[in-house]
Amino acid sequence: MRVNLFVPCLVETVVPEVGEATARVLARAGCDVTMPPGQTCCGQPVYKTGNLAQARKLAERYVHLFDSGTVVSPSASCVAMVRRYPELLADDPALAAKARDLAGRIFELSEFLANVLGRTDLGACLNARAAYHDSCQVGRVLGLHHEPRALLAGVQGLTVLELEHPEACCGFGGSFSVQFPDVSEHVLTNKLNDILAQEPDIVVSAEVSCLVNIRAGLEHLNSPVRALHLAQVLDSREAAS
Amino acid sequence: MSANRLFTDSCARAVKNERLQKVLATATATFKAKREKAMATLADPDARRALAARVKDNALARLPELLETLERNVVANGGHVHWARDGRHANEIIAAIARDNEVKTVVKGKSMTTEETGLNEVLQEQGARVFETDLGEYIIQLAGERPSHIIAPAVHKNRQDVADLFTEHLGVERTEEPEQLTLIARKALRDEFLRADMGITGANMAMAETGSVILVENEGNIRFSTTTPRIHVAVMGIEKVLPGPTEAGIVLSLLARNGTGLKMSVYTSVFSGPRRADEADGAEEFHLVLLDNGRSRLVADATLRQSLRCLRCGACLNVCPVYGAVGGHAYGTTYPGPIGQCISPSLSSESASPDLPFACTGCGACKEGCPVQIDLPGILQHLRNLAASGQATDPSLRGGPPLSARAAAMFAWTASTPPAWSAACAAARLVGPSRAAKVPVLGKKLARWALKRHLPSLGTPFSRRWPALQRRLKEQAPKEHAND
Repeated sequence: MRVNLFVPCLVETVVPEVGEATARVLARAGCDVTMPPGQTCCGQPVYKTGNLAQARKLAERYVHLFDSGTVVSPSASCVAMVRRYPELLADDPALAAKARDLAGRIFELSEFLANVLGRTDLGACLNARAAYHDSCQVGRVLGLHHEPRALLAGVQGLTVLELEHPEACCGFGGSFSVQFPDVSEHVLTNKLNDILAQEPDIVVSAEVSCLVNIRAGLEHLNSPVRALHLAQVLDSREAAS
Repeated sequence: MSANRLFTDSCARAVKNERLQKVLATATATFKAKREKAMATLADPDARRALAARVKDNALARLPELLETLERNVVANGGHVHWARDGRHANEIIAAIARDNEVKTVVKGKSMTTEETGLNEVLQEQGARVFETDLGEYIIQLAGERPSHIIAPAVHKNRQDVADLFTEHLGVERTEEPEQLTLIARKALRDEFLRADMGITGANMAMAETGSVILVENEGNIRFSTTTPRIHVAVMGIEKVLPGPTEAGIVLSLLARNGTGLKMSVYTSVFSGPRRADEADGAEEFHLVLLDNGRSRLVADATLRQSLRCLRCGACLNVCPVYGAVGGHAYGTTYPGPIGQCISPSLSSESASPDLPFACTGCGACKEGCPVQIDLPGILQHLRNLAASGQATDPSLRGGPPLSARAAAMFAWTASTPPAWSAACAAARLVGPSRAAKVPVLGKKLARWALKRHLPSLGTPFSRRWPALQRRLKEQAPKEHAND
């Protein structure tokens, strides 16, 4: 199956290794991975701050950029954004129709692997204790609670630990973390405490935004716990020490 | 509360209050657990939520007609109905009733609606003694504070705080035992109940067909406030009217479950007018004050209208990460938490901070927990859109957006122009977040962000790594497939 890789801006600039892992995992699952050029931003930052006119411009651009084929992204919030395009572009019926078409063929990585391909065992192997963080955008927004866990269960050597509050927000929320820094830090601290209480080797998230936030928090504490994207875990082929 | 004060500044103070954090963590966790258990006793909780949402939507769609029917039937039952444009108007109406009847002592059942209008101060100014009789409300009245939670007004106080308050104000021997403290309040309030000439309550809902008002409570103080005084005044937001008992039953099945986590409140009282000749209990006069105070504005907006489904159960507060971090007082509005953020900008008597609609991570826990399925994050997004587009008619929405229209336009232009985007990313890599944080103006926010976080270092971007990776994947593809 041919798959168009949707590269979130955070993956492009901050965690390119997540993009590489996503591409490798998809290839291993038998997909022919391509990356449409010219990808920048899906419009989420301007949309979330209420700037709909600007969000529409970027939505229109992405509708044309991904005009055919299956699209897969390692970010639930970007996928959720693209699934809002039909409503965002409703004033232009022709464009809205194309947006609906795109919304029907874009998938978050775990959703694509587990539900479209029906694959939960990708031959990954990682000896580690892993805490899984249910990103709000993955779990509550896209409704993917079971899929990431099923994929983690398929990783040889991995012990999956349940957090006390796996569904609790990490406090990022994009511009929220800048506008409300004190609340954001407080919520992040609660999340980190919940993670550290499980004494894991790694914490896994299927959402890039949470991953960057949690990783930055753990590194600030000089914690040995590594924050990995689900794609990176599924890409592991060797037993870790 | 000053309109100039930003919520984010109140948050900065609130998160430092460790005692508050502790109380909030325990209280919200308890509420959440009890709610889950209570909802699990329904055969199909989500179907019931959907049904209640439909019941409320249908009632809101016929609001003028239902309110007129309600008025007709309350009057037929021997009661009086008053229409209040806003909080001030409601206070004037109630103050006039009190003056006309030479009311000296007022006992109040717990009512967020009268908190919204600021009724107590108005009655006290004309010489009446006003007593809150709900235990939580009584505690914060003694403390001179306002509720910090919709159903648990004194949730920010622990038993030591209550012991301090009672010792100071009631001259009793200090105890920290909850049972003893409750008995102290009970004793102090009993005389006032018997002395009171007016009882003021809110209303959880009304039934238009029967001209009745329904009140739920767990302490019995509301029933007491409405039976011993000569006059009962119920103050109700216009959105609380339902057609009749069938609809009320559906709403009641969710209200207590989502509020206190009970299947049913300890007391559910239905008031259909004043005491009749053959009845032993009840007030001689019954007044229903129907409060608008901006609710018509909410009805008029198709998205905001959903917020009027609200039953005021407080479930959204208990699951909100922001509420959990700062508590109710930081919001500076009568109703805190997600529902408060949604309705306060439209309520006439509130001066809501303009950044309230942006104080949400979009986690969706409130929407998931709402018994009437209000899309609270969607409403906040709508308020953000109004604020950013400059269409906001309400001044409290101006000045809240974190991104100026110009900055948003620049961002969108850059993101629509791949060479410009690449150049911007390259510049970001060249400087690096750590060094950028030292730039005075631009880096200030980045530096703040990095107080509790390690800023990432930026390596080779994905797009530059891709060509080599794609080649490797193509080379490996046949091998991998052979293994499958």
